[in-house]
Amino acid sequence: MPQPILTIKKLTKIYGNNVIFRDIDLTVAEGDTIVIIGPSGTGKSTLLRCINLLTHPDGGEIWLDADEITAKGANEDLVRQHIGMVFQNFLLFNHLTALDNVKLGLTKVKHMNDKAAEAKAFEELKRVGLSDRAHHYPGQLSGGQQQRVAIARALAMDPRIMLFDEPTSALDPELIGEVLEVMRDLSKSGMTMLVVTHEMGFAREVADRIVFMEKGNIVEEGSPDDLFYRPKFERTREFLWKITELYGKKENADGPSAAEDTESNQPAAEENA
Amino acid sequence: MSGWLALFKRYLSSFIAGAGVTLELTFIGLGLGFIFGLALALARVYGPKWLRAFATGYIEIFRGTPLLVQLFLIYYGLPSLGLTLSQSLSAYIALGFNSAAYQAEYLRGAIQAIGQSQMMAGRSIGLTTWQTIRFVILPQALRLALPSWSNEPISLLKTTAVVFLIAVQDLMARAKRAATVTYNPVGSYLAAAVIYLVMVFAVSALLKWAERKTRIPGFEMGSKRV
Amino acid sequence: MDVANFIKYILQGTVYTLGVTAVALPSGLILGTLFALLAVYGGKTLKQVMSLYSTVMRGIPPIVLLLILYFVMSGEINLSPFWAGSISLGIISSAYQMEIVRGAILSVSAGQMMAARAIGLTRMQAIINIILPQTLRNAIAPWSNEAAIIIKDSSLVYALGVPEILRRAQLIGASSGSYLPAYLTAALIYFALVFASGRLLGLLEKKLEIPANP
Repeated sequence: MPQPILTIKKLTKIYGNNVIFRDIDLTVAEGDTIVIIGPSGTGKSTLLRCINLLTHPDGGEIWLDADEITAKGANEDLVRQHIGMVFQNFLLFNHLTALDNVKLGLTKVKHMNDKAAEAKAFEELKRVGLSDRAHHYPGQLSGGQQQRVAIARALAMDPRIMLFDEPTSALDPELIGEVLEVMRDLSKSGMTMLVVTHEMGFAREVADRIVFMEKGNIVEEGSPDDLFYRPKFERTREFLWKITELYGKKENADGPSAAEDTESNQPAAEENA
Repeated sequence: MSGWLALFKRYLSSFIAGAGVTLELTFIGLGLGFIFGLALALARVYGPKWLRAFATGYIEIFRGTPLLVQLFLIYYGLPSLGLTLSQSLSAYIALGFNSAAYQAEYLRGAIQAIGQSQMMAGRSIGLTTWQTIRFVILPQALRLALPSWSNEPISLLKTTAVVFLIAVQDLMARAKRAATVTYNPVGSYLAAAVIYLVMVFAVSALLKWAERKTRIPGFEMGSKRV
Repeated sequence: MDVANFIKYILQGTVYTLGVTAVALPSGLILGTLFALLAVYGGKTLKQVMSLYSTVMRGIPPIVLLLILYFVMSGEINLSPFWAGSISLGIISSAYQMEIVRGAILSVSAGQMMAARAIGLTRMQAIINIILPQTLRNAIAPWSNEAAIIIKDSSLVYALGVPEILRRAQLIGASSGSYLPAYLTAALIYFALVFASGRLLGLLEKKLEIPANP
């Protein structure tokens, strides 16, 4: 087993009297894509924000490679450079073009010169298929395009790991596919990813491991096959049953299922290329 | 500091009399402004084209020029037309005319927010346009206008402070006299400033109370800052 | 005196009116922006101090503050009435502009700060590169209102004897006996200035608008 990039030990977050999660343990190995699923309000998003130190945990440790980032005196700004984050609501900088959104961190945080930063930013936009939208402002882009720019913005910092906080749940259904495709390619390219999502098709196909969280605890984790077909706990089965039931209904109405669709997409994508 | 307190004490009764004049100016200006302002607002929303144009022009001109110029125009300018007004009357009229332009805008906003459907509903049960305005539109519009309108009394109270320049005996005129007599302009005007602050807080507390009293839950519109 | 000279005499006061505005508006903006940043991002004490400053300054009539600041300044550092008046109006305006900028900062979503921090920008870098550029754009519309107020309030330096539009109207009115035409001319000039400033800032707002699909 390769050396873990991210190690979380006994992480706890409490707001007032409200325990968001308690004693979470999680390791993410290099190149892994881990998908966190679970009902809303179980602390999945807060967990991601804690990992990026956007909120501070109340207990436990987070290690990035061999450094404890929750240690006193750790340089938060430096930590965040190494951890990319993609938000549910994209959160592009509204007053900057797509290119400048990607470029900003390169010039201001990495202190690259303007030319090199621009070239790199352009490369990242190309990677998410948006080189033709480089000079558009966020307000001129669709939600799916905005989210792809946000992914490019995070990738440009060459992070060790990418965190995705429900990246498709603010999108209209027809725009979800383009974002998932970028994420799928990213996972295949070997990027280490931690993804909170309700997209079960994506989880089943792309995840190396699925983590099921409920009420601030990790109930169960394992390979997609284990969780979907051989869940150890009744609660996991119930949640998956509920959510696939919903999807199943939609799939029946729309034709082929999302999972089958992505598989049968493979030859089509090659034709396009 | 002790010198300042002595000055404050010595002129306190004069300051209080002046503050009374200031409040009087505010009250009369506000009242006149409300009556003219309401007429202007109604003219702007429901009037025929020429009246709408007049009301718009009036509002733009009075909001686009300094009160001090309006005041001088009335006090020093009107005698050229054979119309000589006292200092106080000039101040009342200038403040009233000026405030009318601002109040008209608050009221117009509220009347327009009520919308055409209420007018339609009123007309559908046989009320005339005027009756609908009076019994349906205005009772709602005035309530709706209150949060943003409540800027006006405070704004006007502060605006009155320039009328001492035509020698109306308000708080500032008293402060100016104290400044000349004591050779302590900073202390005198600071005393005036403190009294203005107290008046502004009192008026604003009164308005907050009025707002709470007249509020209809769920019936409000975003108030804008002036 | 012929009409052209009469008007010209008053019109010359425009230089002072515009001068006062040109000093007061930007200095009020700089101070106001600084105060707004302290009020939003400062510590608890700083927040309270800024809130007190805003409440007190905005609760006192501008003419009163103008005279206090003028007498303080001319007593301590012997400034000319023009400069003392302009700077005083700038300080007065800072309290109002602080509220404009504060409102505009709060209208930029908290998510923008979070996204900026997420790519490793420091708080200061995020304020300078992300928050302020959006804030100042949002502030242009209310700022246009403030510009009009300062142009109008510049007439207050009349009380300090600065020969601006209103003072000149009074002087020539007294010497010619034609008060009404003098003050009407003054009113017209103020109106034109206020109108033009509104148009100008409207254009600026359009020019700086962030493109978006309708």
